[in-house]
Amino acid sequence: MATAAVETDISHPAPQNADAVVVRFAGDSGDGMQLTGGQFTLSSALAGNDFATFPDFPAEIRAPQGTLFGVSAFQINFGSGAIDTAGDAPDVLVAMNPAALKTNVKDLKPGGLIIADEGEFGPRNLSKAEYDANPLEDGSLAKWQLIKFNISQLTMDAVKPFGLGNKEALRCKNMWTLGLALWMFDRDRKPIIDWLNSKFAKNQTLADANIAALNAGHAYGETAEIGTPGTTGLPQRHVGAAPATPGLYRTITGAESIAYGLVMGSQLAGLPMFFGGYPITPASSILHYLSGLKEYGVTTFQAEDEIAAIASAIGGSYAGQLGVTSSSGPGIALKGEAIGLAIMTELPLVIVNSQRGGPSTGLPTKTEQSDLYQAVYGRNGDAPLPVISCRSPADAFDCAVEAVRIATQFMTPVMLLTDGYIANAAEPWKVPDVSVYKPFPVSFLDHVPEGGFKPYGRDNKLARPWVKPGTPGLLHRIGGIEKEVDTGHLNYSPANHQAMTDLRKAKVDGIADHIPDQEVSTGQAGGTLALVGWGSTYGPINQAVSRARAKGLDVSHIHIRHIWPMPKNLGDLLKSYDKVIVPEMNTGQLKTVLRDQFLVDCKPLNKVSGQPFRIAEIEAAIEEAFA
Amino acid sequence: MNAVTPIAKGSPKDWETDQEVRWCPGCGDYAILKAVQRTMPELGVAPEKTVFVSGIGCSSRFPYYMETYGFHTIHGRAPAVATGVKLANPELDVWIISGDGDGLSIGGNHTMHLIRRNLDCQFLLFNNEIYGLTKGQYSPTTKVGTRTPSTPYGSVDRPATPCAFALGAGARFVARGIDTHKNLPSVLKAAHAHKGTGFVEIYQNCIVYNDGAFENFTAKAQAPTHQIWLENGQPMLFAGGTKGLTLDAKDLKLTVVDVIDGDWQAAGVIVHDVTNRGIAMMLVDMTIEDGFPIALGVLFDHPRPTFDRAVIEQNQKASAGKSPDLQKLLNTGQTWTVG
Repeated sequence: MATAAVETDISHPAPQNADAVVVRFAGDSGDGMQLTGGQFTLSSALAGNDFATFPDFPAEIRAPQGTLFGVSAFQINFGSGAIDTAGDAPDVLVAMNPAALKTNVKDLKPGGLIIADEGEFGPRNLSKAEYDANPLEDGSLAKWQLIKFNISQLTMDAVKPFGLGNKEALRCKNMWTLGLALWMFDRDRKPIIDWLNSKFAKNQTLADANIAALNAGHAYGETAEIGTPGTTGLPQRHVGAAPATPGLYRTITGAESIAYGLVMGSQLAGLPMFFGGYPITPASSILHYLSGLKEYGVTTFQAEDEIAAIASAIGGSYAGQLGVTSSSGPGIALKGEAIGLAIMTELPLVIVNSQRGGPSTGLPTKTEQSDLYQAVYGRNGDAPLPVISCRSPADAFDCAVEAVRIATQFMTPVMLLTDGYIANAAEPWKVPDVSVYKPFPVSFLDHVPEGGFKPYGRDNKLARPWVKPGTPGLLHRIGGIEKEVDTGHLNYSPANHQAMTDLRKAKVDGIADHIPDQEVSTGQAGGTLALVGWGSTYGPINQAVSRARAKGLDVSHIHIRHIWPMPKNLGDLLKSYDKVIVPEMNTGQLKTVLRDQFLVDCKPLNKVSGQPFRIAEIEAAIEEAFA
Repeated sequence: MNAVTPIAKGSPKDWETDQEVRWCPGCGDYAILKAVQRTMPELGVAPEKTVFVSGIGCSSRFPYYMETYGFHTIHGRAPAVATGVKLANPELDVWIISGDGDGLSIGGNHTMHLIRRNLDCQFLLFNNEIYGLTKGQYSPTTKVGTRTPSTPYGSVDRPATPCAFALGAGARFVARGIDTHKNLPSVLKAAHAHKGTGFVEIYQNCIVYNDGAFENFTAKAQAPTHQIWLENGQPMLFAGGTKGLTLDAKDLKLTVVDVIDGDWQAAGVIVHDVTNRGIAMMLVDMTIEDGFPIALGVLFDHPRPTFDRAVIEQNQKASAGKSPDLQKLLNTGQTWTVG
């Protein structure tokens, strides 16, 4: 957006038009910032903006109040043009306490606007945030525009008629703040009021109090108190609707998108779904969504641990359903042996990994893409496994469908990689027409074929037959011990192990014949520089490449969905550029795989801070490559 | 297990595969295999509706020898795989084959949760008190002091009592058998007749690494005085009816009493009630060292609703009257239209 934020004549101005604005709500983890952000997102959607969000919250459910590590933030980038990322630096920071200010203000654009709840800037909170002096008073925020008022007190005043206790009254603070934000961006309050009425349907007093707080915040924006000419006031801005293909849109998070995509995949395969899961951040929401979709033929089973979750899913697949399990890195590590069993027994299975910062427990609520090695290589023995990665919440739907297709058509477990950022972030999604998806119905073997029944016989894709227990005439035994070619009997002989290892590899390699060629997202095949990414770095890479191209630089963006096996044209495509840079939120995992597969001198660009790339960071790397 | 169409009664031979059985000569597993194959034709379930799921260990080779569907999974995880199988197709008759290491050590967690959920299946725990396949290390049921490759000075950790573990986890059916004992098929039949997890501990002699572990109550000379086979509604008698068990109500414990001239009532011998969980807890804890016989047969059998039924019923109830229209699902939520 423009630097309009520092203009001071705001007596009763018409809203300023802005192309895109980044707003960050930051407060204590108990302040309801995720809720505020979520509802502000809804209002952005209804205003027709394109947007991207970034919820960033602590691992602790209720971290001690007022502390630096207890700060929860929600950032939204909304605009009248295409929005790819949640934005590099906020234009507006709403800070509900000193800790929120301290941990977030350094990200704010110079000249950006700080809205602070001065009611929370007492000595106790200042000391918890390790401030020696009150930053609202000591001039240390001079390079930004500061607006402070006592949101806590104003909220208390607004909800007084409802007779709530102190604690409950203060909980309405987030709605007061949301009301103010709605005024700032010229938004309709009605959808939020409707939402509050339905959320508190069982407690009208709470609904009324929250609505009163919302209205009070909104009214406050309009009143003279902060709009007095000559004082630093609050500017109002209008962000127009983004041009979009006509159709029905909705907001979607990656977790929802994956859940729906898995259901779509199971319907295209003609199978009921068996989902075995175990709670883990940030993957649990997939289990939550699916457990509410029983009418779609979904059985969910919350197992006693990660191993039981995948083992039960393997059992489900063995019995003829689509077995699915989901976890995050540490849980995927526990599932490793069972993934090997699914590879050995050649049963379809979808394993979703919502990656988070690692190793070990690492950073449960922060995002990282450091499980690529684990996905591609992380098992004992030669254990090849197809790997697919989602680039965004909306893309996750199609990736889930693709994972189901490969699993069922090739009789193999498939790893679907997403990450904490995609799982939690919301974006607008043009709802697809499900009738255009091509079905890939599974046919179970139900009779002895000509030439006799071979449990480990192969079709032209090298997939073995899928036989449901209960089928007469096809009784057989499978297991994790090396199988004899065709018969599936136990067989330890050297020649057989060589043959079976080769077969398992050839089957997975052969999937490359059944996936699309690699496309160039932005730019063209061949040229000076290609940026090659995967997963949730799509947004920042794409923005950075677009900006560099606008400056006349010959740079293209390639984003890989099929991590393993890779598209057949990828090697030649990479070799058609003078230079290749691989930006990743890890220390260079895709870079290593690409070097190994294609002997291309890919250069790494790495970030492992638990935060997504900023566009500027990638732009800088591009500029450097051309320097 | 579930009601299934009765089939023509076959012979044990119909349940044998063509695979060469590869346990050590003299292993108790052979006897158990025979007992199971003798039992199967009696159950009225078609071989194709039957699934044997096992973990890892000597016992877990079992499915390869049964002419049914079979899944030899990974160490300790058979209960979890079996749970997926049964939930995906409740019509299947699911048998889990495990051992003391597989089911109580590496897979102890899954065994506990299988039992607590009460999945409708049979769980056969072959207890030989040793790790056989890995060449003789001590297991969670090995007696204190046992010298093994990993305990050259004798093991120091207390063994678990599998049936007590099962009862503690909430088992609704607990039984014991002995690999070579003629009563094993009847115990297996009872486990199969029980709706829910039928937990059966089978004392199994490992001839190579722990030969004679159960000799003190299985040897011909010891058997009558050191085994008590319990039958529902029958007095708890052993040693040819000359001894019995009575309940010391004051100290709440079982006591061995002599029975004179068959007058068990006069001796105060109690009658076995398979639904009495308290008595079952005392029965499974009886040891030779404490002067008791080993309790065998069906020790506890008191069904309650199964996990698989509960899951299926909830799925049906939650789906009732709803159509699986995915387009409709995608179209709902926070939506807006661009014109």
